[in-house]
Amino acid sequence: MIVPMSLLYLVEKEFKQMMRNIILPLVFLILPLAMMNVVPRLLTQEVRHVRFVVVDNDHSTSSEQLVHKISASPYFDLVAAVGTGSEGLAQIESGDADLVLQIAPRFEREMVRTGRADISLQANAVDGTKSGLGASYAAQIINAFAAEIAGEQGAATRAEILSSRFLYNVNLDYKTFMIPALMGMVLVLIVGFLPALNIVGEKERGTIEQINVTPVGKVEFILSKLIPYWTVGLVLLLYCMVMAHIAHDVSPRGSVLSILLFATLFLLVISSLGLFVSNFSDTTQQASLVMFFFLMVFMLMSGMLTPVTSMPAWAQTISLFNPFRWFMEAMRAVYIKGSGVSDLLRPLLCLGTMALVLFPAAVLSYRKQS
Amino acid sequence: MPMPFIVTCDTLAKSYRRGKVQALRGVSFEVAEGEMFGLIGPDGAGKTTAFRILATLLLPDSGSVAVDGLDVVRQYAEVRRRIGYMPGRFSLYADLTVEENLAFFAATFGTTIAENRHLIEDIYTQIEPFRERRAGKLSGGMKQKLALCCALIHAPRLLLLDEPTTGVDPVSRKEFWEMLAKLRVEYGISVIASTPYMDEAAQCDRIALMQDGAFLTTDTPRGIIGSYKQRLFRVRSGRMHALLADLNEWEGTQTAFSFGEAYHVTLAPGKDEADLRAYLVSKGHADCDVSEAKPEIEDCFMALAQTSEENEPR
Repeated sequence: MIVPMSLLYLVEKEFKQMMRNIILPLVFLILPLAMMNVVPRLLTQEVRHVRFVVVDNDHSTSSEQLVHKISASPYFDLVAAVGTGSEGLAQIESGDADLVLQIAPRFEREMVRTGRADISLQANAVDGTKSGLGASYAAQIINAFAAEIAGEQGAATRAEILSSRFLYNVNLDYKTFMIPALMGMVLVLIVGFLPALNIVGEKERGTIEQINVTPVGKVEFILSKLIPYWTVGLVLLLYCMVMAHIAHDVSPRGSVLSILLFATLFLLVISSLGLFVSNFSDTTQQASLVMFFFLMVFMLMSGMLTPVTSMPAWAQTISLFNPFRWFMEAMRAVYIKGSGVSDLLRPLLCLGTMALVLFPAAVLSYRKQS
Repeated sequence: MPMPFIVTCDTLAKSYRRGKVQALRGVSFEVAEGEMFGLIGPDGAGKTTAFRILATLLLPDSGSVAVDGLDVVRQYAEVRRRIGYMPGRFSLYADLTVEENLAFFAATFGTTIAENRHLIEDIYTQIEPFRERRAGKLSGGMKQKLALCCALIHAPRLLLLDEPTTGVDPVSRKEFWEMLAKLRVEYGISVIASTPYMDEAAQCDRIALMQDGAFLTTDTPRGIIGSYKQRLFRVRSGRMHALLADLNEWEGTQTAFSFGEAYHVTLAPGKDEADLRAYLVSKGHADCDVSEAKPEIEDCFMALAQTSEENEPR
């Protein structure tokens, strides 16, 4: 297909209108700024200041050392030391503590003699994240302590140490994990919504009547609506990537080109969807409500906050048709693992298929005649 | 040799909401090349529907329309190049400037302002001082002039103007119609326009009076007025409000409606001016002023509309 000159004018007109809008340029500037700088700090799953109560039944040097070690970490605040386990639980019930650490009698002796000793951790699971992470942090400190003791004792004792190693994101840094997903969210919010409001907006203002009596073709018209959003999307993505690098030192391990490839496909998919919705709507209100529904489903079923594999089977099936899921998977893989396009054929195929279906759908659903 | 027609419209019908609303009930008419054809009728008569079908934006249920010999359904793409359509509602881009709008619509037709500048010269010079202004910030009359420029910029053979002067001040309205007349004379552009203003209707070569999706009559303004056979009276009095009520109450009144600052009244068969005067005086309108009036298009419309209602009660 030869690109007609009028496409250039159509695209130019869209850009002019976009930039003359009072709000849009501000949104382009501020939304990514907030998403990259503020949201990662809000979404952090690091838990600090877990309040714990100690029930030390041993009162030995070792048990005191252990308690000191835990309370010295920034993650824990020692609230009280009590005599019995039930007094400790009472503190949890009253809401004064999150965790009870109970050290068995003869802790030190058992440790020295057999290399094994009992410690119990009880956590208030009303706040699941806090208790789960608190307990696991405490276990890590205890393990480290056991290893230290074992080291002091030389080969005579062997402390059993559980260890796990996290691949790719060694420190399980939440930011590394969330930032690529948040970039996807910026694109979804801007490039998902705006095209949906565009054509229906022309219908509301009546300007579509005048366009429809011109010889401008369907493909040309839809392309003139897609190209500006696609451009804005890519620019915003690069803007996000630069901010992520500056503010959080998060940069892709893989190539920027493969990110751009996936972004191109993803933007084509969601802007086509937006235009499709726009063609079927009579008012901008209808279009934005429908898009809102789609975007909610996209985000919740994407694996951004909860892993797809822990969803029920039917939800996993639906998520196969979720472009945001595939884009985010690709983004995380390129950012954290350094994957290349050849490792990401499945997201590539899925996004490509969606683009091949939705772009023609957007073109065909646009009718100049009624 | 038959007269060349720019528009041939044959038993055109269109209904909305699955036939519940009949917008056009088999309308047929022709518009000769270079003619100025007026569609006159109240809101809901089907004028906009007719325009949208002519402009290839709406598909008719039945019947056919040819513009410059081209079928508006099958050859819509070519028809679009030959028509300039100005919808009833302002439909240019409010956030683009005057010049940008004009350049944009020129570009969509693959032409430029410079190429067809001569066509819009007279109109454009009037809005040119505001060419940097956003179209949304123009006054009503300026908006219509810009819209006319945009509809003309690709040198169409036929202009379709749906109530082009509604909401425009009298001076601008007059200028607007003068410009249309000039376009017709100098460039042979045919015009179909609708208007609620009867004084504008009189400026058309021929007009069609429309009601409920049908043409009541199609003729020259002079012909339509000439076919008005009844005697028409112009009635005024000191108490205008009571006067209309009294007129409508009387069995001797056939029609009575307000016309400017007076009422136009026709009488039932067998009644004459003297009967009217006597009746009004008996109702306390001693100061009443009754004179014979020359019928205008509006009177013809009212008379025709009433007969058509009596003939086919709905």
